[in-house]
Amino acid sequence: MNIVEVKNLTTRYEDFTAVNNINFCISEGEIFGFLGPNGAGKTSTINMLTGLSKVTEGSIDISEIDAVKNIKTAQGIMGIVPDESNLYQEMDGFENLCFCASLYGMRKDEREKRAKELLKQFGLDNTGKRPFKAYSKGMKRKLTIAAGIIHEPKILFLDEPTTGIDVESARQIRDLIVNLNKKGTTIFLTTHYIEEAERLCDRIAFIVEGEIVKTGTVNDLMKDYQKGKIVQFTLDKGVLDIKETIKNDFPDYRFEIIDNNTLKLHSRDTISLTPFMKYFDDKGLNVYEAKVIKPSLEEVFVKITGIKVSKMKKEKEGGKK
Amino acid sequence: MKSWIAYWNILKKDMKNYYLKPPNISWGIIFPVAWTLMFFIKSQSDLGIRDILPGVMSMSILFGTTSMLAVTITFERKNSSFDRLLLAPISLNLLMLSKTTGAIIFGIINAFIPVIFASFLINLAGINWLLVLGSVIFIAITSTFLGLFIAVSVSEVFEAQTFSNFFRFPMIFLCGLFIPINSLPVFLRPISYILPLTYGADILKSTINGIGIMPVQIDFLVLIGFALVLFSISIKNIKNKWIH
Repeated sequence: MNIVEVKNLTTRYEDFTAVNNINFCISEGEIFGFLGPNGAGKTSTINMLTGLSKVTEGSIDISEIDAVKNIKTAQGIMGIVPDESNLYQEMDGFENLCFCASLYGMRKDEREKRAKELLKQFGLDNTGKRPFKAYSKGMKRKLTIAAGIIHEPKILFLDEPTTGIDVESARQIRDLIVNLNKKGTTIFLTTHYIEEAERLCDRIAFIVEGEIVKTGTVNDLMKDYQKGKIVQFTLDKGVLDIKETIKNDFPDYRFEIIDNNTLKLHSRDTISLTPFMKYFDDKGLNVYEAKVIKPSLEEVFVKITGIKVSKMKKEKEGGKK
Repeated sequence: MKSWIAYWNILKKDMKNYYLKPPNISWGIIFPVAWTLMFFIKSQSDLGIRDILPGVMSMSILFGTTSMLAVTITFERKNSSFDRLLLAPISLNLLMLSKTTGAIIFGIINAFIPVIFASFLINLAGINWLLVLGSVIFIAITSTFLGLFIAVSVSEVFEAQTFSNFFRFPMIFLCGLFIPINSLPVFLRPISYILPLTYGADILKSTINGIGIMPVQIDFLVLIGFALVLFSISIKNIKNKWIH
């Protein structure tokens, strides 16, 4: 069952179209990722879904609520974690969580109980009366996520949850996201980290210049771009010595010599390793490793969008400064 | 009920984080006292404390409310924490009422500080305090919504303060508090009648000094009208400017 259904969604700021006619749906219990470079329309899409931005055209249904017409009803079942940790600087973690809970109409005893639970769950229960402004970036991020789920939303929107924080905190946050999802929360996340999308998301949409160019599971996305099979052999020596003979001995295959120890074997069909192992053995070469090569999600992303991933990361880091 | 829990907690948070901070408390006391002393010393003439009381009360409300809105709204908007409130499942009207209630209360308290000081110095008998309270409440509401209108129109705290002065200082001199409207140059008089403080000050002058120029019912109606218009424009501006 779909918890989010987006149809022909468009937003324009005067002459600029930030999001152009996008369509997607999110099933209940899934982690759906929006992957794209800076300015692709990720935050604009989240803002439209959550009511911070106007919808120029199109429809948004969230848990069967028309979120374009009844955004305040829809906001009651959403949790939102913006890309900036925007809690109140002077208040401590407990006060911030209790305040956020009150915005959803939770009673005092309920919100205090839930705030204590979350502080413990997120490893922030020993921060005492320290104000939010004194938290580290990672702690701020965790508390902001805790604030987003204080009212146990059906769907959680996470905008760039691990951008700008240290590796350990990012790992903890990814674990928290997985655990939340295991407990039944549907998650919509935007990221520019391909490895994060690949690791966390059940399905991914590539968004570029306000348009979704491809949507699917990681396997689906890669399948379309995996033409034929590739096996990479790592030998102890002598790849350059056999580079001509091997082509003659196996004319149905294409060989790519990487260096004197490594060669790649390309085929349209499944590759049987036995004849090659025997061939190398006959030539007195030891095979250290033979592995099937699949295209990475990064390669698929570059092929589909034509965007260099290194440029995308640099842009994002520049934008955060 | 759920919305009112949010309303109460937003108000409580603002009170704790902004209004009850020592600088604001001292400012709230010092500012009206400074105005009182300034006018008292300046007017070595016939003007008594009772004569200047409506003016000092009105100015205390006007400056207190408009200054605080610049902080509680513009500052939160600037550091994005205001988005958290916009994303909460409460109506925009109730949200903005909760954000402005603190300033209204702050303005009301500020208004009575000069009254407390004056009560030690002069006899304040014969004043209809219920009417004074009503006028103070309505001046505070209108001034707060003027502050809201200003806060929504700018993006920086300093811009809000500057823009506030654009309204505040002409209002002080043109609302009839210190210079009677009839003594103003003819071309300035129409401006006096489009300023909300003119009507608030008129009620205070009627009740404290007995020299109002309009019936208080009219004054109250005009103040309510100003409050409604300023609040509506502000809500419309928020929808247009902050929900892109």
